[in-house]
Amino acid sequence: MAAQPFIQLDGVRKVYRSRGEEFLAVSDVTMAVAEGELVSLVGPSGCGKTTVLKILAGLHPHDGGEVRIGNAETAFDAGRDVGMVFQQSLLLKWRRIIDNVLLPAEILGLPRKASRERARELLAMVGLAGEEDKYPYELSGGMQQRAAIARSLVHDPKVILMDEPFGALDALTREKMNLELLRIWSEAKKTIVFVTHSIQEAVFLGTRCAVLTAGPARMADTFDIALPYPRQLDIKTQEAFGEYTRRIYRQLDMG
Amino acid sequence: MEELAEKARGYGLIILAHLAVILSWHLFVVWGEVPSYVMPTPAATVVTLASPDYHWLDNTLVTAGEIFGGYALGVLFGVSLALIFSWVRILNAVFFPLFVSLNMIPKVALGPLFIVWFSYGLGSNIIIAFSICFFPILLTTARGLTEIEPDLIDLVRSLRASRWQIFTKIQLPGALPYVFSGMKVGAILAVAGAVVGEFIASDKGLGYLMIQVQSTLDTAAMFMAVILLSLVGISLYLLVTGLERICVVKDARLG
Repeated sequence: MAAQPFIQLDGVRKVYRSRGEEFLAVSDVTMAVAEGELVSLVGPSGCGKTTVLKILAGLHPHDGGEVRIGNAETAFDAGRDVGMVFQQSLLLKWRRIIDNVLLPAEILGLPRKASRERARELLAMVGLAGEEDKYPYELSGGMQQRAAIARSLVHDPKVILMDEPFGALDALTREKMNLELLRIWSEAKKTIVFVTHSIQEAVFLGTRCAVLTAGPARMADTFDIALPYPRQLDIKTQEAFGEYTRRIYRQLDMG
Repeated sequence: MEELAEKARGYGLIILAHLAVILSWHLFVVWGEVPSYVMPTPAATVVTLASPDYHWLDNTLVTAGEIFGGYALGVLFGVSLALIFSWVRILNAVFFPLFVSLNMIPKVALGPLFIVWFSYGLGSNIIIAFSICFFPILLTTARGLTEIEPDLIDLVRSLRASRWQIFTKIQLPGALPYVFSGMKVGAILAVAGAVVGEFIASDKGLGYLMIQVQSTLDTAAMFMAVILLSLVGISLYLLVTGLERICVVKDARLG
């Protein structure tokens, strides 16, 4: 990595306090993400992956270590350069798809006409052309997640944070969405931090993979995934793919 | 086309079910030789509409006025207070538990007190109707305003959404289905409230009329009064569901 990393976490610690009790959610997370990378953050449930994501989103202050986003070439504005996608699409039931996609643009007060145009383009990019005026309930779970991805891109943020975005989808839709995400990523050219508890998904998507172990989150391993893009589902049968998944299983004491 | 036919069949069944009840009522009275002071036939019930002494139209209008007046106040105060509580945390902390307790009071039991305070007539009956329909509207609206997906709040907070933006874009439209749910419950209660007020003390209205004809055992008139009351209640209910259809997306409507 020649350039300065875009996201840098250094010994990050997070303690939650409730009713006088302290709970160490993240103990020592160090990782660096270059601009345009798709880093998967994999680990068991309750290992603090989501907490790391919330720290990156600027939603939670951290209690120790250092978090730096942005570098000399690319500035980062914490209030507008983050797009988020969650396990639930969180589309507003009372808004049409296009108006759901426009929510971040409205909050940031971006010019209406240009945003609407961009929202249309994004919906086309995620494969929802012609669905703009439907309501969320008229779309399948996978399509709702596509809309949520379009929403995360509408204000042209520099970082997309994804928290198990395909965790609620059935296995086949999930694989399809993995392919779609890679395509969208290659078109949109964003830095993506992708939280998942699926080891297969982590290896299939990531340029790099960071493995967290449970309670409290500690960085167990981080490594490059040297599988060429564009990736197709059949790479999952390759020996190299198996090597990477075995490496993660070992880190999680499962292999 | 098929959808239309299905709808027509649905309505047809509803009408048929009602006609069946009226027919069984008629047959029950005729075959069972039930004396008319116990139960009149449907026809005899309708015939009482012709007796001018009962001032059907005036009495119905008075009661309808009390119902709509009390109901309008209930919606106005219930929704406004819930909004205020959602904005002013201290008021919420102090008064919300108080309102939950007040809700436990059987409002009907307060009727005689209201009549002592406000003397009998339209005013006190409106207040009784108000007091009985106000609480469910307040409580369900308040619940609607607080039931927001935490992840959704995170999503907009990552964009530094203001309190006002969260309120207008998420909280308020999200609470609307709850407002209508409370309003539907309130509509039924308002009818009961107004009638109880008239039972306790009044010189007009369908409830008053029922007490009058009770002493002469004109059961047919009592039946008619109940039917007219139900019709007033049904009109109010249909008005609310009609508004709901306009304001709330199909998928978001609550029972």
